[in-house]
Amino acid sequence: MTVRDALNSAIDEEMSADSKVYLMGEEVGEYQGAYKISKGLLQKFGPDRVLDTPITEAGFTGIGVGSAFYGLKPIVEFMTFNFAMQAIDHIINSAAKTNYMSAGQISVPIVFRGPNGAAAGVAAQHSQCFAAWYGSCPGLKVLSPYSAEDARGLLKAAIRDPDPVVFLENEILYGEAFPVSAEVLDPSFVLPIGKAKIEREGTDVTVTAFSKMVGYALKAAEILEKEGINVEVINLRSIRPLDRATINQSVRKTNRLVTVEEGWPQHGIGAEICTSVVEESFDYLDAPVERITGADVPMPYAANLERMAVPQIEDIVRAVKRACSRSARGK
Amino acid sequence: MLFEDMVLGRSFEDMCAQMYYRGKMFGFVHLYNGQEAVSTGFIKYLKEGDYVCSTYRDHVHALSKGVSARAVMSELFGKATGVCRGQGGSMHMFSKEHGLLGGFAFIGEGIPVALGAAFKTKYEKEVLKNDKADAVTVAFFGDGTCNNGQFFECLNMAALWKLPIIFVVENNLWAIGMSHYRSTSDPEIWKKGPAFGMPGVHVDGMDVLKVREVALESIARARRGEGPTLVECETYRFRGHSLADPDELRKPAEKAHYAARDPIVALKNYLLEHKLADEAELKSIQKKIDDLVEDAVDFADASPLPPRSQLLENVFADPKGFGIGPDGKYRCEDPSFTAGTAQV
Repeated sequence: MTVRDALNSAIDEEMSADSKVYLMGEEVGEYQGAYKISKGLLQKFGPDRVLDTPITEAGFTGIGVGSAFYGLKPIVEFMTFNFAMQAIDHIINSAAKTNYMSAGQISVPIVFRGPNGAAAGVAAQHSQCFAAWYGSCPGLKVLSPYSAEDARGLLKAAIRDPDPVVFLENEILYGEAFPVSAEVLDPSFVLPIGKAKIEREGTDVTVTAFSKMVGYALKAAEILEKEGINVEVINLRSIRPLDRATINQSVRKTNRLVTVEEGWPQHGIGAEICTSVVEESFDYLDAPVERITGADVPMPYAANLERMAVPQIEDIVRAVKRACSRSARGK
Repeated sequence: MLFEDMVLGRSFEDMCAQMYYRGKMFGFVHLYNGQEAVSTGFIKYLKEGDYVCSTYRDHVHALSKGVSARAVMSELFGKATGVCRGQGGSMHMFSKEHGLLGGFAFIGEGIPVALGAAFKTKYEKEVLKNDKADAVTVAFFGDGTCNNGQFFECLNMAALWKLPIIFVVENNLWAIGMSHYRSTSDPEIWKKGPAFGMPGVHVDGMDVLKVREVALESIARARRGEGPTLVECETYRFRGHSLADPDELRKPAEKAHYAARDPIVALKNYLLEHKLADEAELKSIQKKIDDLVEDAVDFADASPLPPRSQLLENVFADPKGFGIGPDGKYRCEDPSFTAGTAQV
């Protein structure tokens, strides 16, 4: 099943099960979705539940939040999360903070979803990764799926969740197909929010990643296997809350950590994971934590520069080798 | 009823000023003195179940909508008995029970949220097939907000989708120290309604009876499903923008002009002239309100501060949102979590 179909089926099933769920965003209806994620939904549920909005991110995000205050369950689609910056006031100030400001009176069961991070050749204003920004905000839950299973399970969980959820997808992954079990296809399949998945078990080094980078990490692990390095790959799935327990447990087993992300390095996801491990598992580390991130520049346009600005599989391989060779005891 | 509500608003705000200067209240406090006719004129004619969305100048909107003076005063003092248990403060009053959607610090932020509540009414009617859904939403905001992009986005969508909302502009001519005339290309705000396809009305916001007339009509219009209205109320705030504002830019002549049009005095004269009430009655209402406000202060004073364990509460409706602790269980299952001593 492709990630696109996984997302489509998740929204379809949740909208069928609960009439308070509705979808709104630019081009979600008649255009069948800017990336075809909402294909067929307008035909099935009608224009009252699949709303094509004018180009007014701040306005329609606010409307979504306001309707969620009193019990509707909107799914707000952003064409990319870059555009959500025009609505970030509502995501943070009216959605994330409201349960706290109202002391529990008003909860906001809303999902903000859309593609996040770099695509191909879309340049600086369409390529930013927002995981770190949203991940630092209390009151938000932030999810980032990798596989079709992740996409289905996490989106269904997000729609059912009573709190605001930021759902960071990836445009390149939309077309990628993954094998899915019958369990995943069941309409009541949900994944827990806040739990990471160990995609590949290993003994020598822990590599954490989310979204597209999980795929890269798995490929890097295959390459490294041939050189005798056994990599454990953790698919974070949930940026906030971060599954610190799983990450630390893994590092205590392997004693080395490499974090991978596409976003900018300063104050990134890797920075938080590194600190978590230093706080809780310092004595277990045999080498300093390595973090691989996107380059500290706005995304360039030229194809070769773009390639240099995001982590590639070779970069992960190199960093893992570095983590494995820098140690007092040597392995 | 109108007199009592306006007197409540005025006395409460005057007491807030006193309490602030005595150090019982802190942070940003924005008082509503002078604008009471707008709040009373609209909110008193809403049904229970209708929604109000406000800005940081929200104390009086909360009181008019039915939140008790005690709950508002305690919230301002930052006590656990406040309407938001002390977690919101002066600028963030929310009451689910009374349909008060906030309390927003960013100007223009409340307008789309209010529109969302109006959207919910329409959704309930059309999708959830609830014929009795007819809640109306009133969004209050100021003249400065009318230059903000979100305002125009919402005028467009409200008219486009015919949502049951009333946009009430409390045009008090000043956005902190920025005069409306210095910041706006066309200062007549009511004109912006027809540009988007809805009626725009200008009313004297210092006269509660005139406000009432417009309010009744626009509320009925929205309830009938005929869509939004933009109402510009010409009003004035007697005090500065907030209690920290020295208010040096407004000319004394302007202040005097509007002080002479004090809405409470105007209504009082009207009632006496038309023999609808006598002096004694009005005095007893004033006394009743004074006692109520005093009682609110005493209650707030006596109320406890929020306990330490409250710090981590209410971040999420689903407390598992704090994630999984090092022992592999959800953090919210850790007994020390609500005692405020858990490591997060």
